[in-house]
Amino acid sequence: MTSFDVIVIGGGVVGTAVLKSLASYEAKTLLLEKASDLSMGSSRANSGIVHAGYDAEPGTKKAYFNVLGAKMLPALAEELHVPYRKTGSLVAAKGGGEAGLEVLLDRAKKNGVRAEILSREKILELEPKISPEIQSALYAPDAGVVSPYKLTIAQGDFAVLNGATVKLNEKVEGIERAETGFIVKTSKGEYAAKAVVNAAGAGAKRINEAIGEMSVEQVYAAGDYYILDSKQSGVVNTVVFPLPDEKGKGILVAPTADGNVILGPTSRRVSEAQAERNAVTREGLALVREGVNRLISGVRIGDAIRVYAGTRTSVGSDFIIEESKSFPGYFMLLGICSPGLTSSPAIGEYVAEWAAKKFAFKKKEKTVPLPKKFKLSACSIEEAREKAKEDPAFGRIVCRCEKVTEGEILSAIHSPVPACTVDAVKRRVRAGMGRCQGGFCMPRVMEILSRELHLPLTAIRKGDEGSEIAPYEVKDGYEEL
Amino acid sequence: MKNFDVVVIGGGPAGLAAALSARKKGASVAVLERDDKLGGILNQCIHSGFGLHYFGEELTGPEYAKRFRDAVLQDSGISVFLETMVLSLSKDKIICALSPAEGLLEIQAKAVVLAMGCRERSAGAIALAGERPAGIYTAGAAQRLCNIDGCLVGKEVVILGSGDIGLIMARRMTSEGAKVKLVMEIMPFSSGLKRNIVQCLNDFDIPLRYSTTVTRAEGKDRLTGVYIAPVDEKLAPILEKEEFIPCDTLLLSVGLIPENDLVSDMIELSPITKGAVVDERRETSLEGVFSAGNVLHVHDLVDNVSEEAAIAGESAALYALGKLPRGEKYAVTPSRGVRYALPQRIQAGEGKVRVYFRVDQVYRGKTVAVASGGEIVKRKKTAVMAPGEMQYIEIDKTALTGDVSIYLEEV
Ligand SMILES: Cc1cc2nc3c(=O)[nH]c(=O)nc-3n(C[C@H](O)[C@H](O)[C@H](O)COP(=O)(O)OP(=O)(O)OC[C@H]3O[C@@H](n4cnc5c(N)ncnc54)[C@H](O)[C@@H]3O)c2cc1C
Ligand SMILES: Cc1cc2nc3c(=O)[nH]c(=O)nc-3n(C[C@H](O)[C@H](O)[C@H](O)COP(=O)(O)OP(=O)(O)OC[C@H]3O[C@@H](n4cnc5c(N)ncnc54)[C@H](O)[C@@H]3O)c2cc1C
Repeated sequence: MTSFDVIVIGGGVVGTAVLKSLASYEAKTLLLEKASDLSMGSSRANSGIVHAGYDAEPGTKKAYFNVLGAKMLPALAEELHVPYRKTGSLVAAKGGGEAGLEVLLDRAKKNGVRAEILSREKILELEPKISPEIQSALYAPDAGVVSPYKLTIAQGDFAVLNGATVKLNEKVEGIERAETGFIVKTSKGEYAAKAVVNAAGAGAKRINEAIGEMSVEQVYAAGDYYILDSKQSGVVNTVVFPLPDEKGKGILVAPTADGNVILGPTSRRVSEAQAERNAVTREGLALVREGVNRLISGVRIGDAIRVYAGTRTSVGSDFIIEESKSFPGYFMLLGICSPGLTSSPAIGEYVAEWAAKKFAFKKKEKTVPLPKKFKLSACSIEEAREKAKEDPAFGRIVCRCEKVTEGEILSAIHSPVPACTVDAVKRRVRAGMGRCQGGFCMPRVMEILSRELHLPLTAIRKGDEGSEIAPYEVKDGYEEL
Repeated sequence: MKNFDVVVIGGGPAGLAAALSARKKGASVAVLERDDKLGGILNQCIHSGFGLHYFGEELTGPEYAKRFRDAVLQDSGISVFLETMVLSLSKDKIICALSPAEGLLEIQAKAVVLAMGCRERSAGAIALAGERPAGIYTAGAAQRLCNIDGCLVGKEVVILGSGDIGLIMARRMTSEGAKVKLVMEIMPFSSGLKRNIVQCLNDFDIPLRYSTTVTRAEGKDRLTGVYIAPVDEKLAPILEKEEFIPCDTLLLSVGLIPENDLVSDMIELSPITKGAVVDERRETSLEGVFSAGNVLHVHDLVDNVSEEAAIAGESAALYALGKLPRGEKYAVTPSRGVRYALPQRIQAGEGKVRVYFRVDQVYRGKTVAVASGGEIVKRKKTAVMAPGEMQYIEIDKTALTGDVSIYLEEV
C-alpha cells in the first residue's frame, strides 16, 4: 500500500486549492477524484464570480475566507495563467431599494471591502443598458470574473508538476483509522495517509459517514444558466446582481472571463439524487429570462449557445472548515457553497498551513512555475506565425469557432492532469465551447484523442464512464473517392 | 504576401464552381479550404440524389464533388490551399490564413468569393432543457462520424427537426440497424424536401409528428430518453400531454446558419437568411466581395449552389479585371406569403434574372407575382409550395422600371 502525508478527497476548486497550497511544502500528497476529470462538480457549473465580500455576514467564516480569497485570486490567476478579469460588480435596486443597499454597504464596511452607492447617472456610465427601473446600486470595484474550471484544472496541473499525485476515476468508498493515521479505500485500491482532507463537495457528507464523524444535513439548491454568444459581450461590463433575497444573491448578468455573457442562476431545492444530475428545467430558464429583463435591457436570449445547471451544497448557514475533534488528522470542508470559489485560495492556504504545522512539513525553497501555454485566439499575428513555423500542429485549426489548434489540443491531452475525454479537452482549450458547440470539431477532437490515447474511436467518451460518444462500428462503410 | 485576382474562401461545391467560372474569364484564382480535402459537406453525403438538375444524372455527394474537384485540380491557373483556415479578411481584401504547411499566410486579393458554407444549430442554441449526457448530437456531426469515421452514435434514435440532414440520417441509421423511433417537427410543416420525407421516412415506416417538440433530455452519462409534447399555436409545449420516449440518441436537425463570422461586421447581412445582402451578381455590400452557396442562404439542392456560385465566380473575375458593369439598382422585397427573396437588389440593364425565394408556409394553387415600379411584370401559377423547397421565378431585366416586390396573389 502506498503511503502519503496527505490525501485530499475531491478534485473541485477547493480540493485542488488545498493540493496547490500543499505543493509549497515537502509533503507527499494524493488527490482522489471519482469523476473522469477535475472540476466535474459545483466547480464546473457556477457563476464564476469573484465576490468582493460585502454579502457575507460579518464575523462568519464565509466573510473571512471570501474577503481573503478575493484578495488572493488575481495574483493566483496570473500565476496559473487562468482567465480572470476585474470587472467590479453592481447590486442594482429599483426605487425603494435603498435600504437594502445600505445594509450591504454596512456589511462591506465591517468586512473591510471597498464599496459605494451609486445614483442612476453614475450607473449608466458603467452600464449603459441598465434597465430603466433601476435607480441606485452598490458598486464594489474589486469584484471580478474567473474561469472556475480552468482555475481548478490549473491548480491540479501545478500541484502535479510539483510532485503531487492526482488520480481520476477513483471513488473513495471508505476510510479507516490506522496507527499512524488513516487508510483510504477506493473503488480501485487502498492508500495510507497521515492526514485526510474531505473536500468532496456534495459527497462530503458520505465521507463523514464513512469515517464515523458526525452526520451533517446537506441541503442542495440547483441553479439554471444561459451562456450567450460572445457577440453579445457588449451588453454588460460589470457583474450585475439584483438585491439579494432569502434564496441568495439572485439572477445576475455578467461577462465571463472568456468573453461570453452569463445569465443566472435560479435557486431550486433538489434532492441528493437530483444534485448529482444537474438537469436544467424549463421553468428555471423562464425565471432566468424574467430576472435578466429586470436588470439589463436588450439582452438577446436568441444568442444563447448553451444552457446548464449546477448544484450548491450547504450545511447550515456557514462553511464548516475545521479539523475533526474525534478524528485528529481528518480535516472537514463541508457546505462550501457560494462564495466557495472566491474563498478557495484562502481555504487552500489555511488547510495547508494546518497540515504543515501539525506534521512539521518544511516549506520548499522554490516551486516549479506552471508554463504558459500557447493560445492562438489570444496571441498576435507574429506569435502565431512563429509558433506555426516551429510546429505545424499549431498551424492546424481544429475548432473553428474558438480558433483552437491541434497543437493546443495535444498539449491538453499531455498536460500534468491529462485530458482524456472530449469534455476535458473542451474545458482546457475551449474546443467545442463556441457557437457551434462542437458540431464541427467534436469528431475531429475524438480522432485526436483516439490517436493519442491509443483507443479505438468507439471508446472515446464525452465525460465519465458510460458516456461513449459513438460506441458502435459501422457495418456498411463507403470507400473514399 | 501572395497576390491573386480572385480568392475563394471555402472549397465546397460553391467554392469550386466559383473558382472554375472565375478561371473561364481569365482570372488567377486561389481556393482556401480548411479541411484536408476539397468538396465541403458533400464528402459526408454518401447517399445519391445530387446533380439531377446540373448534370442530368443522379450522383452521390462525393461523386458530385469529385467532378468539380478534378476540374479544379487540373487547372494550373487555380492554386489550392488545403488545411488552410481563413482567420481574417480586411476591407481592402487582405486575407490572413493559417495552415500547417504554409504557417501564417497573407494574400492580397482583387476580388473575394465567400463560400464558407453553414453550421448546424446546436442543443444549446435551442436551449434544450434536461440533462446533458452523451447521445445528443447535431445530425451532421452524427453523419460525419458515421460516413467518414465509421462509427455509429447509437441504436435507438429520436430525431428533432425535419431538416434534410436529419431525414437522411434517419434512413442511414436505419440501414445500420438502428431503430429510429420518431421524427418530430415543431412546425406544422416540414423544413426538409418532400422527396426526403418519402424516401427516408415513409419508405421505412418512420413516424413523423408535426407540432411536437422535445421538452427535456434524461440520462446521466448516456441519454436514456427524452420527454416530448405537442405545442400550441405559439409553439409552447402543452406539458399536460408530455410523454417519455426511451432512446439512447437524440439527433438535432433544427436549422442551418450561414457561417458569416468572418465578415459579419463588414458586410450587410440579412436578418432572415443570415447571409449577405447581394445583387444578382452575388456582390455583397462591400465592393468586390461576392457570396455564394450555403454561406449566402441555405440551399436544399447542391445544383442550385453550383449555379449560384458560377455567377459569383464570373462576377468576381470581371470585377478583378475591371470589367464588371455598374448601373442603377432596384431593391427586391418579399411580401405576402414570401419569407425571403434573393438577390435583394437587381441592377438595371439587360438579360434574365432568376429570383429565388421561400414561402412562409405550405401553399396550394397560388400565383406568384413580381411587380416593378407598381406594375406586375411576371406571374407564375404554382401547384404546391412549401418552406422546405426553394422556388424561383425568372424575370426579364428590361421589364423593370423601379423597385421590385415579390408576393403571392390570393394571400
Ligand atoms: C449555481 C452556483 C453558482 C455559484 N456561483 C459562485 C460564484 O459566482 N462565486 C463563488 O465564489 N462561488 C460560487 N459558487 C460556489 C462554488 O461553485 C463552490 O463553492 C465550489 O465550486 C465548491 O468547490 P468544491 O471543490 O468544494 O466542490 P466540487 O466542485 O463539487 O468538488 C467536489 C468533488 O468531489 C468529488 N467527490 C465527491 N465524492 C467523492 C468520493 N467519494 N470520492 C472521490 N471524489 C469525490 C466530486 O466528483 C467533485 O469533483 C456557486 C455554486 C453554484 C452551484
Ligand atoms: C447533410 C447534408 C445533406 C444534403 N443532402 C442533399 C441531397 O440529398 N441532394 C442535394 O442536392 N443537396 C443536398 N444537400 C445540399 C448541398 O449539399 C449543400 O447545400 C452544398 O454542399 C453547400 O455547398 P457550399 O459549398 O455552400 O458549402 P459546404 O459544402 O459546407 O462548403 C463550405 C466549405 O468552406 C470551408 N470553409 C468554411 N469556412 C472556412 C474558412 N474560414 N477558411 C477556409 N475554409 C472554410 C469548409 O471547410 C467547407 O469545405 C445536403 C446538405 C447537407 C449539409
